[in-house]
Amino acid sequence: MGEGAIGWGGLAASLLLVGVAVALSVWRRLGLEATILWACARALGQLLLVGWALAALIDDDAPVALAWLWVVGMVLFAAITVRRRTPEVPGAFSLALAATSASAVLSLGVVFGLDVYDAVPRAIIPIAGMMVGNSIGGTVTASRRVIGELADNRAEVEARLALGLPWPEASRRFVRAAVRTALVGQIESTKAVGLVFLPGAMTGLILAGADPVDAVLVQAAVMFLILGCVATNAAIVGLGLTRRLFTEDHRLRPLARTEA
Amino acid sequence: MSPPLFALERVTLDLGGRRILDDVSAELPDDGITCLVGPSGSGKSTLLRLLNRLEVPTSGVVRYRGRDVASLDPLQHRRQVGMVFQRPTPFPGTVRDNLLVARPGAADDLLRATLERAALPASFLDRVADDLSGGEAQRMCVARTLVTEPDVVLMDEPTSALDPAATAELEALARQLADDGVRIVWVSHDPEQVARIADHRFVVDAGRLRRG
Repeated sequence: MGEGAIGWGGLAASLLLVGVAVALSVWRRLGLEATILWACARALGQLLLVGWALAALIDDDAPVALAWLWVVGMVLFAAITVRRRTPEVPGAFSLALAATSASAVLSLGVVFGLDVYDAVPRAIIPIAGMMVGNSIGGTVTASRRVIGELADNRAEVEARLALGLPWPEASRRFVRAAVRTALVGQIESTKAVGLVFLPGAMTGLILAGADPVDAVLVQAAVMFLILGCVATNAAIVGLGLTRRLFTEDHRLRPLARTEA
Repeated sequence: MSPPLFALERVTLDLGGRRILDDVSAELPDDGITCLVGPSGSGKSTLLRLLNRLEVPTSGVVRYRGRDVASLDPLQHRRQVGMVFQRPTPFPGTVRDNLLVARPGAADDLLRATLERAALPASFLDRVADDLSGGEAQRMCVARTLVTEPDVVLMDEPTSALDPAATAELEALARQLADDGVRIVWVSHDPEQVARIADHRFVVDAGRLRRG
C-alpha cells in the first residue's frame, strides 16, 4: 500500500462524516437521509468499478489503444450527459460531441504532442478525464445561456434582423455574453486557486507524498489545459448552437427556454 | 398595370400548432398609409411580419411588387421593407451607434439628415439611446429604419407604448413620410387612430382579412 493510501479501514472511518450528514438531516427533518445514503453508495460503487477498470487499463503491459478507446467512451458519455441536462437545446448531442472531441484532440495533442507527459495509459486516462469532465459544465452553461440570451432579447435580435443584418451580426452581442458567462466560472477558479482552495490533482498528489512544488507544477498544467478545454467547448457550442437557432433565411426560430 | 405593393395569395400560417392566418388573400395598394386594424390576437402583427419575411407562410404566396418574397434575398428585402416594432428597441450606445448598425460607415451628415426626417434634432446624434423618452426612442427607431432608405416602412402598433403627445408626433411623422413617397403599412387595434391616419384600411379578424 502506498504512502498516500488510506485502506478500507480509512474509508470506513470517513463514513462517520456521512453519518454526521444523515444525523443532521434526521435532526432538522430535512428528509435527505435516503438521498445521502444512496448518493454515497452510488459514488462508492461507481468509483470502485472505475478503479478496477483503471487498474487493468493503466497496467504497464496494457495496450495504449485501450486507453484511447476509453477516452472515446468518455467523450461519448460527456455528450450524452450534456444532451440529458439540456433538453431545450436542439441537436445538443452532436454539438457537445463535436465540441468535446475538438477540445480533447486539442488538449491531449498539446499534452502528449509536446511531451508534457509520456503518452502512456497512466497519463492518458486521468488527464483526458479531467479535460472532458470539466468541459461538461462549460458546455451546458454555454448552451443554456445562448438560448437564454436570445430568448430574453428576441425583440432586439429581430430589430437587427429587420434592418437586414445577417444572423451572425444580429446575435453576436448575445452569443458573446453567453460564452463569457460560460467561461467566467473557470476563469474565477483559475484566479482563486491556491488562495481560496487547493484543487483536486494537487491535493491528491500531496496526500500521496509528492513534493508540493511538483504537485503545483502538475496542477498548473492541468488548470491551464482545463481552461483551454472549457474555452474551446464554449466557443464551438456558442457558434454552432446559434447557427441552429436561425433559419437559412435569417429568422430566429421559436425558442423553448428551460431555467438553468 | 403595375402590380400591388404586396399581394397575399391564399396565405395560411400556423405557429405553435395554432392557425394564425387562414387562407388570406388581399392586395395592399402602392401608395400612402395602409392600416391593418383588428383586435388583439387577430393575426395582424403576424401578417405584418410576413411582409418582410420575419415569418414565412405555411402555405400560399406573399408577393412584393409582383415577386414572390420567398425568391428574394431576405436581407436585401428587409432593407427595402423596413420595420418598426411595437416597443422601441434601442441598441446599446448612442443614437449615432444605433444608426450605424443599420448603415455602417455612414457619414454624420447623412445621419443628421435622417434624424431630421424622423422629426428628431440633429443634436441627438450623441445622446445615449437608452436615455431617450419613449417617443424619442421610437422616432430614433424610425430613423434607424429610414437610414437604409427603405421603399416601405412596416409599423407594428408603434404608438402602443407612447403617451398621446408622442402618439400624435409619430402619426404626423408617418404622414410626412407617406407624402414623401415612403409607403407605410401600419398595424393598429385603435379604430380612432386608423380613422385619423389611414388612406386604405383592412380589417383582420380571426385570421381572415377583408377590406374595411
